[in-house]
Amino acid sequence: MNFDFSDDAKALGEQAQKLLAERGGPAKARLAMGQNEEGGAPDFDAGLWAEVAGLGWTAARVPEAHGGLGMSAEESAMLAEAAGEHLACVPLVSTLLATEALLLAGTAEQQARWFPGIASGEVIAVPAWNEPGIASPLGVAVRVEGGRISGVKAPVADLAGAQLAIVAAAGADGPSLWIVEVSNARVEAVETLDLVRRHGRLVMDGTPAEPLGTAADYLAWLDRAAVILAFEAMGTARAAMTMTVEYAKTRVAFGQTIGRYQGVKHKCADMYIKLELARAHALHGLALLEAGGAELTQAASAARVASLEALTFTVEETVQLHGGIGFTWESDCQFYYRRGRTLTAALGARGFWADRLVRALELRNRAAA
Amino acid sequence: MDFNDTAQDAEYRAKARGWLEENAAEYRSPPASPWKLDEFIRRSKAWQKAKYEAGYAGITWPKAMGGQGLSPMHSIIYGQEESRFHAPSGLFSIGLGMCIPTVFTHGSPEVIQRYVAKALVGEEVWCQLFSEPAAGSDLAGIRTKAVKDGDDWVIDGQKVWTSFAHASDFGIVVCRTDPGVPKHKGLSMFIVDMKAPGVEVRGIKQMSGGSDFNEVFFTGVRIADTHRLGAVGDGWKVALTTLMHERLAVGGKPRHAPGYQTLMTLAKGVDAPNGQPAIEASDVRQRIAASYIADEGIKLTQMRALSALSRGQMPGPEQSIAKVVVAKTMQDMSAFALDLAGSDGFMTGGADPELEKLQGSYLWSAGLRIAGGTDEILRNIIAERVLGLPGDLRPDKDKPFNAAA
Repeated sequence: MNFDFSDDAKALGEQAQKLLAERGGPAKARLAMGQNEEGGAPDFDAGLWAEVAGLGWTAARVPEAHGGLGMSAEESAMLAEAAGEHLACVPLVSTLLATEALLLAGTAEQQARWFPGIASGEVIAVPAWNEPGIASPLGVAVRVEGGRISGVKAPVADLAGAQLAIVAAAGADGPSLWIVEVSNARVEAVETLDLVRRHGRLVMDGTPAEPLGTAADYLAWLDRAAVILAFEAMGTARAAMTMTVEYAKTRVAFGQTIGRYQGVKHKCADMYIKLELARAHALHGLALLEAGGAELTQAASAARVASLEALTFTVEETVQLHGGIGFTWESDCQFYYRRGRTLTAALGARGFWADRLVRALELRNRAAA
Repeated sequence: MDFNDTAQDAEYRAKARGWLEENAAEYRSPPASPWKLDEFIRRSKAWQKAKYEAGYAGITWPKAMGGQGLSPMHSIIYGQEESRFHAPSGLFSIGLGMCIPTVFTHGSPEVIQRYVAKALVGEEVWCQLFSEPAAGSDLAGIRTKAVKDGDDWVIDGQKVWTSFAHASDFGIVVCRTDPGVPKHKGLSMFIVDMKAPGVEVRGIKQMSGGSDFNEVFFTGVRIADTHRLGAVGDGWKVALTTLMHERLAVGGKPRHAPGYQTLMTLAKGVDAPNGQPAIEASDVRQRIAASYIADEGIKLTQMRALSALSRGQMPGPEQSIAKVVVAKTMQDMSAFALDLAGSDGFMTGGADPELEKLQGSYLWSAGLRIAGGTDEILRNIIAERVLGLPGDLRPDKDKPFNAAA
């Protein structure tokens, strides 16, 4: 049995942790927030993106035949976790998620068309699954007629600066996958609770679209995305937990560091407990993603619910345990608190995935009966 | 990542499974009615002897102690296979899991010679005498005293929550030998003959109705100095050896405890308050998911440990989350399930065995949250040892025991 990352994935993870710790973190997030506030901000940290691409991170999952490194999903998980931990201001996770869709459903031509650009970092690709007014990733109003797609996707993370969007559109058997070149659609900025990561509205009105995958592909993609997003959420939760534990070791009240009080330390312990429960499911999901296991839906759903549970609890108690200073604009707590909403809104909240998990368990029970 | 056994592990598993299929056949199902104590002891001893003879006792113990000298992975694999049966192995779990490893780590060659083999082969049963009425979470606060008298020690005091004391031949008992030094320093560990004059065992009736534990009273009980484990004053260190084994032993979900599947089955048969089938109600589905995440999450966390062990590495600190998650989840899940069942979940002696199990689980979980480290102590341990937060202030820690408040 081996329930651990490969040496290659660990090495990449270490590299990502090192670079993003230097080039990311709350200070960089604050800089990006300031730029966003002033307007006319860059779409993302272009210098860092060039480095990220130069190190082959966007190429990790791309097959060797298309200029990539042909690595496993373990590498994507490691990268997503590091990006989440350091609030990296680059469209890395979005591109990794879109890459999964092309891997899963892309024809040889589609892969040949898009993968070399993704591998080199020239093409930024983003998933566009959310729609205004619809909470479930399965509820899709965007329509395709005669190869032309119409409707609105929002919020779409990292849309500004992206060339390629993987779009879900309604079909007879449920939402299916389409490729839309962003330059053919209209992009508008949308304001969200996250003041660091930028989101956009993709407005399509008879925009050319190319079929990418079936309804089954769409569902398989959601499961893969849930696993990778779980790692991003765990990274963010861990960063918030670490910051809180360090604060509890130094902040003094009533003549002792607050970390001595059980009212404080037990909340820190609960952060750890929830994080490790999430990690167990995320690792399970990752193993099944690689092995193509039939229980991926179950594992991915559990990973998504458990990681959002850990993240939500952790960011809330991070503000709480910092006390008044944690509620100020100057404190870094807000980045984690707000990012908790970003990652929840990214792909269906806990209720959706809890239902998907129980549905998978029901199907399994029925098959076993 | 790979969920499968290595070739060697698979071979060991197949061998153990084959042996169990042949020798544990009568334990394929639970007994129709619970065994009486005598029969339980007789069966337990026979089962332990059979395991010993087949090489499945003391799997990780050194060969010099009569064990197999194999890795923790082998022990876990055997345990997984044995848990598919209902064989009576509980009677020896504390003695062989905790007491005897303490004996062979700290005992003299004569003591080891006298006791270890007889325990392993299932002839003699052991219990662990640590907790006291005034020393639960604060274990070092024990008051049972041992006073030197010639070559003997004389023991007076009371222990509590001692599993299987009524069935035990021997026990390890931690006593205060010097009340004039700080509490962790004045303790010593002894082997006590549970049949010696002055030892009195009384069953405790728990709030759940059962009697799984005892109080043990010591009145002028004499123990030869040769039966001391470790140096005089080193009892705390010796006890830590024992407790290290306990935390591993009580980590998992009780084997036949209800889980998320119980909740799913129940929710299909009852209606939610708004009249829809409970299984379709969103809050019910969220609770099923939460229960799955806890139950399976702990199983998967234990697989992470296994995976580390199978590669010769130490398991990570994440193993410390198991008991605190399992016990509270059991309580929450049982309460939610009984809620769903409405007043049927309240009436006992009914016809529905699943509801009865849930009622039992609701009562038992209240004890599980306390046994082997309370939720609060376990959170302290995670916060202090894993996250590095400072320890609680302990005003009595450095004061002589008899001078502390």
